[in-house]
Amino acid sequence: MSVPPSPLHAGVVRAPIDPAEVLARVGAAEDGAVLLFLGTVRDHNDGRPVSGMSYEAYEPMAREVLEAVAREAAARLGTERIAVVHRVGELDVGEVSVAIAVSSPHRAEAFHAARYVIEEIKRRLPVWKKERYLDGPARWLAGADPRGEAAGATRGEESG
Amino acid sequence: MQVRTLFFASYRDLVGVGQMSLDVPDGCTVSDLVGVLRARGRPFDALPADPAVAVNRTYSGPGTRLASGDEVAFIPPVAGG
Repeated sequence: MSVPPSPLHAGVVRAPIDPAEVLARVGAAEDGAVLLFLGTVRDHNDGRPVSGMSYEAYEPMAREVLEAVAREAAARLGTERIAVVHRVGELDVGEVSVAIAVSSPHRAEAFHAARYVIEEIKRRLPVWKKERYLDGPARWLAGADPRGEAAGATRGEESG
Repeated sequence: MQVRTLFFASYRDLVGVGQMSLDVPDGCTVSDLVGVLRARGRPFDALPADPAVAVNRTYSGPGTRLASGDEVAFIPPVAGG
């Protein structure tokens, strides 16, 4: 599906994310760098086999926070060519939970903006995930205190 | 006055409901509301004494004064991405 590039886009969706559709929202003739970050559901965590993830959001607030984060990143980047989409609901291993696309004239700003968006999502987006296991009951994952202090255990290389 | 409280994820599991209307005194702060809830006893006393809270979809500190009809969400540690 082809969507014409539009200024800044932020969304919370229930349907599967199509990375190509998110990517198609950025890019311009003056841009020499186009970046796509995908967060995906891993098949293991803490040495346990994971069968999937349930994402829950305070949806109206999550939309507002996601848009605010994208605007902040756009202000740093100096363009509005940023698209970010977070999915909620039941996800299987390998499915995309978050997609961030950024384009800019040079690579440094694009990397900075994409990094800013994912880190702020982790820090303050009102979204929670319950991990489902092959070997036991599901549990809510420890997260970050949106007021800034670290809360709960951090689990190493958490990406998606 | 009445406010609408929302509980998400682990907090919803803890208190057993996702949302609830609550009568609180006029001029009540976020901190007062948490106190009113916890004073109800189980299961509400299992909520933290100083949870992250959003009032009308904005993160708000314990001293924030509430108005009638406000939406007060209890926000467990967040885990998006």
